Amino acid sequence: MVNFNFATVLTPEIAMAALALILLAIGLLIPPGARKGMMPLTVFSLLGVLGYTLFDFFYGSKASFLSGMYLHDQFAVYFKVLFLLAALLVVLSSGGYVQKFAEHRGEFYSLIMAATLGMMIMAGAGELITMYVGLELMTISFYILVAYLADNARSSEAGIKYLVLGATSSAILLYGISLIYGLTGSTQYTEIASGIGGNLTPASFLATVFLLAGLGFKISLVPFHLWAPDIYEGAPTPVTAFLAVASKAAAFAVLIRVYLLMMNSQAFSATGQTLLVVLASLTMIIGNLVAIPQTNIKRLLAYSSIAQAGYLMVGIIAVSVAGVKGVLFYAMIYVFANMGAFAVATHVAEKQGSDDIKDFAGLIRRSPLAAVVMTASLLSLAGIPPLAGFVGKFYLFSAVMDQGYTAIAYIGFVMSMVSVYYYLSVVKVMFLGEGEGLPDIPVQGAMKFSMLFTMIITLAIGIYPTPLAQMAFAAAQSLIK
Amino acid sequence: MTALPTAGSSLLLPAILLAPVLAMLMIVFLPKDEGKTIKIVAAIGTFVSLVLSLYAFLTYNQALGGMQFNVTIPWIPDLGVTLALGVDGISLPMLLLTNIIGFSSIYASWNMELRPKEFFILLLILITGVMGTFIARDLFIFFLFYEIVVIPIYIMVIIWGSSKRVTKEYAGMKLTIYLLIGSAFLLVGLIALYLAAGKNGNPTFMFDQLAARQDLYSPAFQKVAFGLMLFGFGSLISMFPFHSWSPDGYAGAPTAVSMIHAGVLKKIGGYGLIRLGIMVLPLGAKFWAPLIAVLAICNVLYAAFIALAQKDLKYVIGYSSVSHMGYVLIALAALNPTAMTGAIAMMFAHGVMSALIFSMIGFIYEKTHTRNIAELGGLAHQMPRLAIGLLLAGMASLGLPSTVNFISEFTIFMGTIHVFPALAMLGIFGIIFTAVYILRMIANVLFGPRRPEWDHLTDIRGAELVPLVVCVFVIFIAGIFPNILMGLINNGVYSSGLAKVLETVSQVKMGGLF
Repeated sequence: MVNFNFATVLTPEIAMAALALILLAIGLLIPPGARKGMMPLTVFSLLGVLGYTLFDFFYGSKASFLSGMYLHDQFAVYFKVLFLLAALLVVLSSGGYVQKFAEHRGEFYSLIMAATLGMMIMAGAGELITMYVGLELMTISFYILVAYLADNARSSEAGIKYLVLGATSSAILLYGISLIYGLTGSTQYTEIASGIGGNLTPASFLATVFLLAGLGFKISLVPFHLWAPDIYEGAPTPVTAFLAVASKAAAFAVLIRVYLLMMNSQAFSATGQTLLVVLASLTMIIGNLVAIPQTNIKRLLAYSSIAQAGYLMVGIIAVSVAGVKGVLFYAMIYVFANMGAFAVATHVAEKQGSDDIKDFAGLIRRSPLAAVVMTASLLSLAGIPPLAGFVGKFYLFSAVMDQGYTAIAYIGFVMSMVSVYYYLSVVKVMFLGEGEGLPDIPVQGAMKFSMLFTMIITLAIGIYPTPLAQMAFAAAQSLIK
Repeated sequence: MTALPTAGSSLLLPAILLAPVLAMLMIVFLPKDEGKTIKIVAAIGTFVSLVLSLYAFLTYNQALGGMQFNVTIPWIPDLGVTLALGVDGISLPMLLLTNIIGFSSIYASWNMELRPKEFFILLLILITGVMGTFIARDLFIFFLFYEIVVIPIYIMVIIWGSSKRVTKEYAGMKLTIYLLIGSAFLLVGLIALYLAAGKNGNPTFMFDQLAARQDLYSPAFQKVAFGLMLFGFGSLISMFPFHSWSPDGYAGAPTAVSMIHAGVLKKIGGYGLIRLGIMVLPLGAKFWAPLIAVLAICNVLYAAFIALAQKDLKYVIGYSSVSHMGYVLIALAALNPTAMTGAIAMMFAHGVMSALIFSMIGFIYEKTHTRNIAELGGLAHQMPRLAIGLLLAGMASLGLPSTVNFISEFTIFMGTIHVFPALAMLGIFGIIFTAVYILRMIANVLFGPRRPEWDHLTDIRGAELVPLVVCVFVIFIAGIFPNILMGLINNGVYSSGLAKVLETVSQVKMGGLF
């Protein structure tokens, strides 16, 4: 084992835990009227942690410790960068929106930090219990965040729904974990891999399916997706954005580890592979088709994010460095594209108090920047070049076709072209609608910055994807030697 | 295949590509009520591109042949993508065509008063995208540029289009979905090809590399991959039965979009089939050729019959362009150098002609607010210059000698008659129907008694004349001195290695589809 210092390796996690507590304390100490500074404070602390994590990705020492319980490889650090970026963008675009609940602002940011910490632990976990602890930290923070608009019935309803369904899925996940422990006598990925044996017994099949179901809930994989639209619609918009992007990516980080380290080339892989192909195809088809008739932007983005989870699954199905690289690459650009779209949705919701697509009418004149950013983000999600989504899909689907799964590539590409239909229907409303009686809503300050930033990154990665591709490749290689 | 001769690196093509981009960026920062300035900036941008591509056209070294004015920059090393630009005798005419039409389309939109800033930004993106497609030497870059154009077209159709038989929203969405579904299958074929070519390491997207690795593609693979590309590119070139987006789309689109779409964008389909389909997957091409030929004749005859029955000017021309693409397709199916030369020349000729005809119809609609043939009549009395333009475009459309269209149609039939004698004969009959619907349209719209309700109309003048002058000039120069165009294309067919591929494939004993 390499000689190293706990403190340096765990710096981001420790910093996030400290930040969550400090923000909570500040929120309590400072009178409600003076809490405007919380947002910049959070942003700059996050920037600091992000800077350190990026440095760590390229130059930090990599190790696993506590006998493999916690892994500190480039794969984990890549995901930490992703979570921090997502948190940063959420905080940046939430400034005005959080005004609505001024007295609780401190807790809001503190909870975002706690959720991010949970995700980081999930990405780094080398065994199931640690992973579960991270997952619960994230999920419980989200229960509160989803129900944050206390005087809003929909938000409370969404919170309760998420609590009930989330708890059920946690129970299923735990059941799966306990079965696996019973079968192999270990909770550690590598030991499970060697202990689970070559024969697919009913018990091991049940265990893996339960595990898949528990994680599938978090990434809204069909048929475990039914919670997503209601909760996305009811939750405060910045929370929806965070839920759609970061919590999904965290579950993917776990799924990749679990699937590739634990189950690959085991008894499960033959049956499991077919199962995953079917589920991923269904996810792409249902997500995209049901998105078509939506009239609420958050519901539309919810179904679109279900479909996006289907695309990401494709990379896992490939079970190769190229596939994992595709997932990592796509997950990162998905952060920017989705955050851009949600920033606009947050902005419109904040100024007009509505999430209906028809209230985006004439946005190109009322707020040109917001309309352009929304268009770029949606088209990136649809995979139209020169935006980043195209390259991302190319990585994913070329990886899976390389392994001989051509059918799923057809489904994926045709469905992403179908998705252009509903994305364009939003674009149509923004460009064509008159928007009579709706106010001019220019974008300012941090919101403007986060919109411009997401759009520029989406475009830049689409035109020159090499740096991100190299990072994703390094991270994927650290997982699969 | 031996390495192709290539000239040294040159910044000419990036300059051609970037001129409209620069103009677009300038327009972004102009205030939106400065309509005149915006138009002038757009015109200058496309003019620079036009002049530079004309320079490329004239200085292309035919003795050397092959790809010239090359730029090669490794772009996405892990995928093997190279930002490689270059032109040969096949793509150079297409590049010139794009710029001729792009430049004309700016002037055809000179009277655009509704949100001119957004219109010209999107138009310039569109022109850049189409140009990029023709000068890319890398399949990935080619596809990237191709997909760039789809979304601006959609936005332009829904904002500035016109609703007649179908609403413009419907027309725009139909056009977009057709092309995107086609490109989804194309993308699958493209990835399959990429993976097959990279089987032994060194992944690549370069057209010449892909073509050089032909021993890696089994005949069965070639059949499937070419089939996918045929579907993708076939939808784009409005091959029967995937053509129905085309008349609706053109009718709904604003003039400039119709010009570019019918003039050059469609030709990406034909160009892609040559550059990717035939040159990289010759056995696949041979397998599908009989089917393409039959569908091509369906295009020619079926669309011509429908055009006969149309009442809306734009629908007549929309179906006419579907019909003309049949000639290009049958020439591609013939798989010999003569027919190939004819196909490329036809794409050029039809491009200039349809740009001219769409711009003239655009002016008619702008002035009279109708495109219904029955409501028009005797316009030659009030608008003689416009009448000349429409008349000459009509003559070019039916392939009158001394127009470039005649030369290209003639070459096509020369090349196809001994391969598909019966089908080629049917194709020649198609010209008769073309003559019927074109002449009837011209007679009913331009001639006949003077109609007093059109007396207030002013003839096209000033900037509006630019499309007329430019296109008519090109049609006749290339028609009277065919060697200017045909020489270069012929050179391209031979020096790009296409002719050699065709020769090899003609000796392969392989049953076609039938």
